[in-house]
Amino acid sequence: MRIALFVTCLADTMFPQAAKATVRLLERLGHEVVFPEQQTCCGQMHVNTGYQRDALPLVRRHVRTFDPYDVVVAPSGSCVGSVRHQHATVARRAGDERLAGRAESVAGRTYELSELLVDVLGVTDVGAYYPHRVTYHPTCHSLRMLRVGDRPLRLLREVRGLDLVELPAAEQCCGFGGTFAVKNADTSTAMLADKMRHVLATGADVCTAGDSSCLMHIGGGLARLRTGVRTVHLAEILASTEPSQTADERSRLAVRP
Amino acid sequence: MTRTFLGMPATAPAGVGQLRGEESFPAAARRSLADPQLRRNLGHATRTIRAKSAGVIGELPDWQELRSAGSAIKADVLARLPELLEQLEAKVTEAGGVVHWAADANEANRIVTDLVRATGSDRVIKVKSMATQEIGLNEALAEAGIEPVETDLAELIVQLGDDRPSHILVPAIHRNRAEIREIFLRAMPEVDPALTDEPAVLAAAARRYLRQTFLHTKVAVSGANFAVAETGTLAVVESEGNGRMCLTLPETLITVMGVEKVVPTWRDLEVFLQLLPRASTGERMNPYTSMWTGVTPGDGPQAFHLVLLDNGRSAVLADEVGRQALHCIRCSACLNVCPVYERTGGHAYGSVYPGPIGAVLSPQLTGVADNASLPYASSLCGACFDACPVKIDIPELLVHLRAEAVEARRRPTAESVAMAAAAYTMDRPRLYEAAQRAARLSRLAGRRGRGLPPPLNGWTGSRDLPDPPAQTFRDWWAER
Repeated sequence: MRIALFVTCLADTMFPQAAKATVRLLERLGHEVVFPEQQTCCGQMHVNTGYQRDALPLVRRHVRTFDPYDVVVAPSGSCVGSVRHQHATVARRAGDERLAGRAESVAGRTYELSELLVDVLGVTDVGAYYPHRVTYHPTCHSLRMLRVGDRPLRLLREVRGLDLVELPAAEQCCGFGGTFAVKNADTSTAMLADKMRHVLATGADVCTAGDSSCLMHIGGGLARLRTGVRTVHLAEILASTEPSQTADERSRLAVRP
Repeated sequence: MTRTFLGMPATAPAGVGQLRGEESFPAAARRSLADPQLRRNLGHATRTIRAKSAGVIGELPDWQELRSAGSAIKADVLARLPELLEQLEAKVTEAGGVVHWAADANEANRIVTDLVRATGSDRVIKVKSMATQEIGLNEALAEAGIEPVETDLAELIVQLGDDRPSHILVPAIHRNRAEIREIFLRAMPEVDPALTDEPAVLAAAARRYLRQTFLHTKVAVSGANFAVAETGTLAVVESEGNGRMCLTLPETLITVMGVEKVVPTWRDLEVFLQLLPRASTGERMNPYTSMWTGVTPGDGPQAFHLVLLDNGRSAVLADEVGRQALHCIRCSACLNVCPVYERTGGHAYGSVYPGPIGAVLSPQLTGVADNASLPYASSLCGACFDACPVKIDIPELLVHLRAEAVEARRRPTAESVAMAAAAYTMDRPRLYEAAQRAARLSRLAGRRGRGLPPPLNGWTGSRDLPDPPAQTFRDWWAER
């Protein structure tokens, strides 16, 4: 399948490892990944902070960039949530019904990574190997805007070597909320403190999620307190394979009787 | 009858009632967050109610259908509100009641004060009511020399403590039993000095005090949960029975009701009386449901007045997106699931309507300029939308009101300039790539980003900044 990568501005600029992992994973599964270079940002930060008029050109750019593709994937529940639930609203508010219709059409073809894997590509075992104790934080927008449900957990359960531990009070927000983390820094920090307390209680080495933004928040807190617990995007775990599984070794194995 | 269009409906007036805080949400929240007792009380209370509510909601196979029905009935009510209110007025009048129309808090307070004065009573007993808290009726009555006595246990605790309610359903949720004992010892007339902090002992003390008051007061003031237009019936639901006392014992009953509380038919109550207790107290059914239609000779109050309150509601109704906030049945489920409310408590919101619903209702009632920080008092996590028994899309409303708040500003701010610059940059890929390269200079902000200026130091106060990568994704892609 030919899949267009909606990288998200955050992953592009700050967390390219999540985007590169998405590419590696999809290519390993036999799909063609294309990267439309005219993409920049979906405008979610502008919309959620009240700047819908400023977001309008970004919505227009996003729709124009991705309209030619049948399937679009992003390693972010939040950015897909914005495309699906906000782009048409922003267009309508500005009186552009035509753009709203096209935005809805693009939204219908845009998937968060776990949705694409499970619903569109029909896989849960992606052949990954990740020998670590991992806990999964369901990000609010993947959980409540996209309703990805247990798809990420189904993918993680198939990863060899991975010890999946349940996160207490998993469905509570980590306190990120975009500019909320800065505008209401104290409240955001109080929410983060509880999220970190639960992550640490699991004894996991790694906290994973489907959004680099929430992971930047949780990871920023865990690093500040020198907890030694890392945050790793779901795509990076799913893209990891056994070190021995190099192309050379596979071909050697293949010719053995 | 002819109708004259008088321009945009007015918002709730300032200087009366309790819809505006004295400081912004972040400033007020900072203080609450530093109060360990408050954090403990709220955490315990909201976790308990959440679990109880989830249990009884899980029992109903048709909960989602009930939510849709509740939402549809409210949408219908708002679509033909004037007609329903006139029908209600006719039916109440027919049944021996008197209907008064109050455009705002000042008018409602004046109407109620005059009605109480006319009875000659210098004291009223009160049923727990959000509408009368909203308009500051107690303060208005006290100013006129009339003593209002709250009879709901939690409201009584708030009143005796000279405090403000911090939750729609459990106004004293921020207090624990030790604090309540202290308040009673300090402020309750003729209280037993040997009072302990056992819940049953505290309730018994309140009961003794209130019983005397019930028997010696001739006027009661209530709010209303519902009013049935087709019959003129008012309904109050409660847990304690003190409301029932107020609604039946006095000679005169005055009910102050927000105009959005009307429902078309008796049958509509079937939906709401299932939704409200399960979403609110986590009970299958509330212990007391009191209903009355005008006056009944020889039974209950012989004079009944209904005050229909606007106080900004018409302004909310005029906003096509915002009007769904008027669906609210004051269950407080959104408060109990909100991670922000759970940590800051209700006082931080500055209004009698706290939590997620308060963050969208208060700024609309007052005009968003007066409560500009409230639409931002949410991480947009969406837990409130899932919990709402009448499906108010609170996150959508918050985002809508943020846009209103930004667009209402006349002068550019540092934020608006930065946002415009960011949008300009992001709409130009070449410029965007240059900005990405500049982002790598964030290393200059010092180790872990601690050298950043405001407002970005809001981030680095408690969180490290990630190290920028050596290469952006698009650079990597271009090289492969």
